[in-house]
Amino acid sequence: MKKDGNLSIFTKGIIAENPVLRLVLGTCPTLAVTTSALNGIGMGLSATFVLVCSGAVVSLLRNIIPSKVRIPAYITIIAGFVTIVQMLVKAFLPDIDAALGIFLPLIVVNCIILARAEMFAAKNPVIPSILDGLGMGIGFTATLTIMGIIRELIGAGSIFSLPVTANIIDPMLVMLLPPGGFFVFGILVAVSNALANKKGKPVVESIGCDGCAQNGSCPFAGDSEKCEKPDAAEIEAAKSEKPDAAEIEAAKSEKPDSAEIEAVKKEKAEDISKDNTKDEKAEATPPAQEGKEEDVNG
Amino acid sequence: MAEQSVWSMVISILLAGILTDNMVLSKFLGICPFLGVSKKLNTAFAMGMAVILVMLLATAVTYPIYVFLLIPFGLEYLQTIAFILVIAALVQMLEIVMKRFMPPLYKALGIYLPLITTNCAVLGITLLHFTNQKIIDFAAASGGYATGKVFVVCMANALGAGAGFLLSMLLFAGVRSRLEKANVPKFLQGLPITLIAASIVALSFLGFAGIA
Repeated sequence: MKKDGNLSIFTKGIIAENPVLRLVLGTCPTLAVTTSALNGIGMGLSATFVLVCSGAVVSLLRNIIPSKVRIPAYITIIAGFVTIVQMLVKAFLPDIDAALGIFLPLIVVNCIILARAEMFAAKNPVIPSILDGLGMGIGFTATLTIMGIIRELIGAGSIFSLPVTANIIDPMLVMLLPPGGFFVFGILVAVSNALANKKGKPVVESIGCDGCAQNGSCPFAGDSEKCEKPDAAEIEAAKSEKPDAAEIEAAKSEKPDSAEIEAVKKEKAEDISKDNTKDEKAEATPPAQEGKEEDVNG
Repeated sequence: MAEQSVWSMVISILLAGILTDNMVLSKFLGICPFLGVSKKLNTAFAMGMAVILVMLLATAVTYPIYVFLLIPFGLEYLQTIAFILVIAALVQMLEIVMKRFMPPLYKALGIYLPLITTNCAVLGITLLHFTNQKIIDFAAASGGYATGKVFVVCMANALGAGAGFLLSMLLFAGVRSRLEKANVPKFLQGLPITLIAASIVALSFLGFAGIA
């Protein structure tokens, strides 16, 4: 049973909850580095390493980190592992380092990693967190590689730098340029939507709150409509209710601890009292009925 | 080219940031807000202004830290950690100060500030100051990064990048408002058509490449 659960944690990141195509996280590196299949793999594996390691550490420290400072703490942990990856790649794969450029340090602000730390690793034990990171990482790598293959094939006529159609058809350079990136990503999302639609799963309409790295501390979390078009009145309302980012976080983190428990307690208390009153009523009514019956009989 | 004046450099960097090296459409930085917050023109404008502000402040703070703290002690590898923590703290402080002393401004931009902390465009621009070939050449010609001239150029770089971000947000918000009324094939509805529209906007920016 438990193994089954772990397996599904591992596999859901690859297809059902593919971070790029289904959750629409980490769009910047997806678009930027996929000019060749090899770059896609390099970026994907670097991010996977950071995902797995930061997931494990965040999960280990999940009971120690105070919830008020958890986002900075996660960012520090992630930044540490990103620095390790940067040094490793620079030392052993200088070509990949040159190709990825600034996007290697920018793994720090990759939404996937912070989102998984916040949504999964902070709430689960170490082993599932590592499996979740691994699954998400493989899903990310696979998507980047597929996109890299498509763009490289059309844009340069080769796959993994091996010429395929370069001598037959003139490569369309525009596919390697930014417009090609947006275009291929759009088509891929459309294809994944069509496949999801066939299986009766929800279609990705736009970037929701899940796609936002600040999901955890946003006053509008869970309500992407408001986040996209906050009216002045709503902003003020949100501010007067939750005047400080730290307080928002505190309120959020405390909600499941105290507020909800209190609410649950109240509900339970009410239920109990209702039950009691019902019992009392039940107890109170039958004798009266009996009395009436007796009266009638009498 | 050897002796380039600061101001000609500033102008060329500014123009490059807005048009040829556009943050969103040619560097792929800050795609999340570009796709997420560009549904309405006024929210896109507020977000863009907030990004400009944070980029300028982040550059003003991280630049001296890197040049006068990390380089002299040989700690360049700590760049990523130092920058992201400084930016996170900076945005938090900016929010507090703005709320206390500039309530109208806070009302207009405040909601976007926490969203910007982990925006890759902001961290990106602070890192790009030290990898941009133009700025590296300029620094080499004018006596290293630790001179005021180079700092001015970097601030111009941040301003240009922010303005470029704002421009692309505004243009794309316009495109999207038209897109809402368009009759889109069913399989492209939602995110796919948004991305394809972004592709066409990016294509138009490709035309500026000749200027550089």
